[in-house]
Amino acid sequence: MADMRAKDPKGVKLDHISKIYQDPKTGKEFYAVHDVDLTIEPGTFVTLLGPSGCGKTTTLRMIAGFESPDEGEIYLGGEPINALTPNKRDTAMVFQSYALFPHYNVFDNVAYGLRLRKVPKPEIQKRVTDILALVELSGMEQRMTNQLSGGQQQRVALARALVVEPGVLLFDEPLSNLDAKLRVQMRTEIRRIQQKLGITAIYVTHDQSEAMSISDNIILMKKGVIAQMGSPTEIYYHPNSEFVADFIGECNFLKGPVSSATLGEAKVNIVGVDVPVATDKSVMVGQEGEIVLRPEAITIADAGMLPCKVELSCFMGSYQNYHVRVGDTLVKITDNCPINKKIFNVGDNAYISFDRNCAHLL
Amino acid sequence: MARGQGAALDRKKLMADPIMMTTIVLLIAFLTLFILYPLAILLVDSLYGSKGVSLETFQRIFQMHTFRRAITNTLKVGFVVGILSTLIGLLFAYVEVYVKMRKAVGGLFKVVSMLPVVSPPFVLSLSMIMLFGKAGLITRFVLGIYDNNIYGYWGIVIVQTLTFFPVCYMMMKGLLKNIDPSMEEASRDMGASRWKVFTTVTLPLLLPGLGNAFLVTFIESIADFANPMIIGGSYDTLATTIYLQITGAMDKQGAAAMAVVLLCITLAMFAVQKYYLERKTAATLTGKASRARMLIEDKSVTVPLTVLCSLAALFVIMMYICVPIGALFPTWGYKFTPLTFKWFSQVFTKYRGLQAFRDSFVLSLIASPITALLSMIISYLVVKRKFKAKGFIEAVSILAMAVPGTVLGVGYIRGFANGLFHTGVLSGIYGTGLILIIVFVVRSLPTGTRSGISALRQIDKSIEESAYDMGADSLKVFTSVTLPLIKDSFLSGLVTAFVRSITAISAIILLVTPSYLLITVQINEFAEKGAFSIACAFATILILITYGAVLLMNFIIKHFGTSRMIKEAE
Ligand SMILES: Nc1ncnc2c1ncn2[C@@H]1O[C@H](COP(=O)(O)OP(=O)(O)OP(=O)(O)O)[C@@H](O)[C@H]1O
Ligand SMILES: [Mg+2]
Repeated sequence: MADMRAKDPKGVKLDHISKIYQDPKTGKEFYAVHDVDLTIEPGTFVTLLGPSGCGKTTTLRMIAGFESPDEGEIYLGGEPINALTPNKRDTAMVFQSYALFPHYNVFDNVAYGLRLRKVPKPEIQKRVTDILALVELSGMEQRMTNQLSGGQQQRVALARALVVEPGVLLFDEPLSNLDAKLRVQMRTEIRRIQQKLGITAIYVTHDQSEAMSISDNIILMKKGVIAQMGSPTEIYYHPNSEFVADFIGECNFLKGPVSSATLGEAKVNIVGVDVPVATDKSVMVGQEGEIVLRPEAITIADAGMLPCKVELSCFMGSYQNYHVRVGDTLVKITDNCPINKKIFNVGDNAYISFDRNCAHLL
Repeated sequence: MARGQGAALDRKKLMADPIMMTTIVLLIAFLTLFILYPLAILLVDSLYGSKGVSLETFQRIFQMHTFRRAITNTLKVGFVVGILSTLIGLLFAYVEVYVKMRKAVGGLFKVVSMLPVVSPPFVLSLSMIMLFGKAGLITRFVLGIYDNNIYGYWGIVIVQTLTFFPVCYMMMKGLLKNIDPSMEEASRDMGASRWKVFTTVTLPLLLPGLGNAFLVTFIESIADFANPMIIGGSYDTLATTIYLQITGAMDKQGAAAMAVVLLCITLAMFAVQKYYLERKTAATLTGKASRARMLIEDKSVTVPLTVLCSLAALFVIMMYICVPIGALFPTWGYKFTPLTFKWFSQVFTKYRGLQAFRDSFVLSLIASPITALLSMIISYLVVKRKFKAKGFIEAVSILAMAVPGTVLGVGYIRGFANGLFHTGVLSGIYGTGLILIIVFVVRSLPTGTRSGISALRQIDKSIEESAYDMGADSLKVFTSVTLPLIKDSFLSGLVTAFVRSITAISAIILLVTPSYLLITVQINEFAEKGAFSIACAFATILILITYGAVLLMNFIIKHFGTSRMIKEAE
């Protein structure tokens, strides 16, 4: 395989994009996507993440050109593309249902876009062969698409999109029809190929672990608007709202008045104890503070920071799962490698503690 | 909130696609000119007389005793035929889906459901007269009744029921198969008898579907021209009255007003059927049955039901067979031996049969690919694309389903005989083969579109989108992806259009000129004159042609169809 790096990965800019739909039942108009404003750097892998119905697919289809934005302008590689039809846009989409052409074999499926571009025959032969090798489907050229497994079909769909060397590659939940194990394998595969080719990719999913593992940046959406944008670690450790914190992984929220605030650190009074947390926000003493705590960042012991009562204790293999009550708040704890530790039982009194850097003030 | 920009962009994208744009414009022009305009002109004509706009014409026709009679006659026949066809159809469907029966009986059912599709519409009327008429084989020679009068109300009812019940049977079969057996098993489990299960579970679920089948048949019956024409005698329905008003009374304006009345009746029924019952049917019966159904094996149930249905099926088949056999007897009703081919040879030597078959065949052959392609394009646009005029295109092509052929025929006479809006523009096409072809196309378009739409709905939209996304323009998407995927449906659309065209009569009989001889019109003429043997000979050859076309289609689909290509790979 010669140098297969993408010729020119393109950046994408959504300039205050909105899409309005009509509710088919009530006839009322609503924003399926509202004022989405973002820039995607060339060659990066960006995920649109969010719960069902939040407008991910709509956003992606606007970039592909299947839907037209009601407000705003879309730029591809710096050019406005609002008025371009999908076939004139330098995008290639990988569909959830694969959307392979059932009347063509694997080779013809992949060659379809090249033939449309009137690429000479020998070059088609070479490029298709190369790309099939890249997705590890060499030797399957002559198979019909229904003679392939789900994972193989998805690879064909990927190859078909890659072979035309699009400026940006679009994915709409490409793995949701596969079983859990294959999903994990395919997503690393997709990431490997994307990095190898240096292509720009926009990936829609509602699976947060998929998003975390694969992306340079995550755009978390909620009801048509962007809730938070950032790298996976940023979003995980510094969620800007309860929604984001809760959507990305499990989360505990401890509430209480702020008792002291200095640069970089604040103390929040939880059930009478002043708990220190790191913060980069300026907070005022006396205001209501909300601490975000990941379950794996908490330890449970006979002595510690906050007293609690155990309500559920469940062995899960690699960790012990606890639900404890701190004041009125339920706190979930995953305690790793429980075999070396004391196991608390339902009804026990205990203490929880956590590192101030693992907690985050909303 | 303003959707202006999105809509403007959608428009712009459409404009950037000249093929798509041209197709849409041409389609709209075609539908407007050949479906909407002829109907509109009927209304205009009947309202706009010498004294300006008035209801004068309507008053005149409603004062006609014959017309008022025709309305009640039509409704009476439609109602009874609707009920009978639905019940018989339900019985057949129930037996097929619920009762364990022999393979041979299943084969009989299949033949019965196929026969009306490949036969000209008036075959049953012919055989009815030949079997049960004054010189009827059964009435005179078996039962010894010499003056049986089959012409009239009962004749029409029986013939139409036998013609239309297979459609109900197919509809009900589809519905019954969608009932989840576990629902009925639950009821049976709680102690209900079979009859109780049927009346408390199955029937309520089916009710909207039964209503649907009833109305569909009702509309068909009202719109039917050929059977009342041949077997109606003096019992006139709206369709025949309109025909006579034009050909006999030469009162085109009156006929136009009558056509408006007929159209209003069918449209009203159609609206109820389409927008109320069809939806309700879909709402009560969704999805597929989860498991296969335990078939009834209880002999006290299976034997009577199977025997009853088999006898009925055999009777229907006998009626159809009667036509080709009738053409072999020297003189029907008087001399039965020796069998002879003289009527067949007379078709060609004496009655210009060759020209009739050639004209019908060629015109239908031209019309059918146009129809098939047009209906596929319409279905593609309706199912896969979005644009402003989509609603219009879909509505008009479906509306055409509710337009009786006679109404369309009168509309074409009024609309094109003197040119558009009586200005002479386009009057050149009147009386030519072109207008006959257009009528063929318009008459078969709704069925083709309907089956095209359901075929396309099965194909994941993203397959075409991905071709579009890869850089294919609309034409390329249609030819390289859509059409190959619905090849089977396209082929069967082609044949259906051909069969429908070559057996059409209701609209054509009003428009045909002496320069064209059409088989169906010939058959009708001979049957009117009482020359049944020659009518049968014509009909037999026609059946052979249509049956041959269907066989050819099945052969092609089996050997070159898409399903085979994909199956082969498995
Ligand atoms: N053609 C349409 N007409 C009306 N409403 C629509 C249309 N398409 C989508 N919507 C609505 O727009 C909203 C966003 O839909 P979208 O398909 O973008 O969601 P999504 O984030 O992709 O969800 P999922 O994860 O379930 O795929 C939803 O409320 C949906 O019901
Ligand atoms: Mg989606």
